[in-house]
Amino acid sequence: MRAFLAAALLCLDGAAFAQNVPVVGDAIPASLTGMPGDPARGRAIVLDRQRGLCLLCHSGPFPEERFQGDLAPSLAGAGTRWSEGQLRLRMVDGRRLNPDTIMPSYFSTEGLRRVGRAWQGRTVLTAEEIEDVVAFLVTLRD
Amino acid sequence: MNHPWTGPRLARVALLLAVAVFGPAAGPRSGFETMSPELRAMQQDDLANPGMLHVAEGEAQFQQQGCTACHSAEAMQGVAARYPAFDAARDGPIDLAGRIAQCREERQGRAPLPREGKEMLALSVFVAHQSRGLPLTPNPDPRMEFVRRQGEALFRERRGQLNLSCGQCHDDNAGRRLAGSLIPEGHANGYPLYRLEWQGLGSLQRRLRNCMVGVRSEPFAPGAAEYIALEAFLAERARGLVVETPAVRP
Ligand code: HEC
Ligand code: HEC
Ligand code: HEC
Repeated sequence: MRAFLAAALLCLDGAAFAQNVPVVGDAIPASLTGMPGDPARGRAIVLDRQRGLCLLCHSGPFPEERFQGDLAPSLAGAGTRWSEGQLRLRMVDGRRLNPDTIMPSYFSTEGLRRVGRAWQGRTVLTAEEIEDVVAFLVTLRD
Repeated sequence: MNHPWTGPRLARVALLLAVAVFGPAAGPRSGFETMSPELRAMQQDDLANPGMLHVAEGEAQFQQQGCTACHSAEAMQGVAARYPAFDAARDGPIDLAGRIAQCREERQGRAPLPREGKEMLALSVFVAHQSRGLPLTPNPDPRMEFVRRQGEALFRERRGQLNLSCGQCHDDNAGRRLAGSLIPEGHANGYPLYRLEWQGLGSLQRRLRNCMVGVRSEPFAPGAAEYIALEAFLAERARGLVVETPAVRP
């Protein structure tokens, strides 16, 4: 699957980012904001069940967190398995990697149906938050 | 907003025990089977099951509201097990609460009751309770087939900002944990039921709204045809499970 993802432009529709971001292979190499993210803020987002929602599905190296999900692989070692750019594409729109994925596309509203009024036209995370999460994920090394 | 799937949960070892003892079961498994032993005991003991208070309230309403002029409680046996049904008058499907509303408004000429209000819930839980222990036998009316197919399409359709279908949780991931919540197969054989998280009795439509809001989707309006179609499909999917009303759920 990944081999077929030639360099392409991904149309991002985050409120402040109605612009095209280059997808190269299975990655988005460049920061969405042009700035590096903050791993501490990223960690807080990943653990926040209203914002990141990650622990609904994933577990991870967070022994203090009760009730972690088991619908998805553990986030432990994600930074060893994947490059920063690969993690960014996974976060922005995992459907590019696996069209049937249950993981939400955190920075795309493409193809969504019956979105609740409070969430309409909004991506799950902002570009800045995506960068923070990516910066945190790369620190998760085995 | 309080996310419906977060927050502390009772420990649930029931599934593991059940699988260890009985092996993987064939056919649909009620949410009852994957609850903790404490909650199962609560549901099964009529003195401990908070839903039974509402059944008693419904029995009183059944008389006070004049239903007994035309119906006996015995005549209500088996009704809930074959709902939703096809209603010739409205040329469309109707659920139990819709039928009760029809009797009240058209046959008794009285003002509508709020669908999720105390009285309608009490009447519904009383009527549905008359079918407790009977297997779900989806309505054989051929006109329901189309409705069930609509319901199945709604069940498989991804929705909301999180872009998830009912089936992705209740078919593909049943038995797994969404944070602290064990994902049940999502059968509707116990409604109206007492849910601890609600601290009260609630309808199937309320449950479905919770699931829709959970994926950040706009729920359908109360009483919408989509819910009845979903309910018709859920009944087919749960064929053979027995009615548990009033069930208890976390
Ligand atoms: C609704 C469930 C769900 C949610 C919520 C979710 N994910 Fe995922 N995620 C998955 C699944 C399932 C996979 C496995 C690959 C696939 O199916 O696409 C996955 C894969 C991943 C991977 C690659 C895993 C690996 O090492 O192979 C990363 C990294 C990841 N998710 C990070 C996150 C982060 C960070 C969040 C929160 C911001 C998040 N996910 C939220 C379901 C989810
Ligand atoms: C004036 C007589 C009358 C009264 C009063 C009445 N009903 Fe009915 N009810 C009917 C008739 C007639 C039907 C059959 C409708 C049909 O099958 O199309 C019916 C059907 C039903 C059914 C569906 C039965 C089935 O087999 O599908 C339920 C449930 C029901 N009524 C509940 C109630 C409740 C609860 C009340 C009190 C709020 C009530 N009814 C008051 C006449 C009445
Ligand atoms: C993200 C996963 C998810 C999605 C999507 C989802 N549900 Fe659920 N559903 C759950 C969980 C978890 C519970 C149990 C909640 C609890 O135990 O507190 C549940 C409970 C239910 C129940 C109650 C089962 C019982 O035993 O009483 C029904 C029925 C149901 N869901 C139907 C649906 C339908 C229909 C849809 C689609 C409109 C849907 N769900 C979408 C996760 C989901």
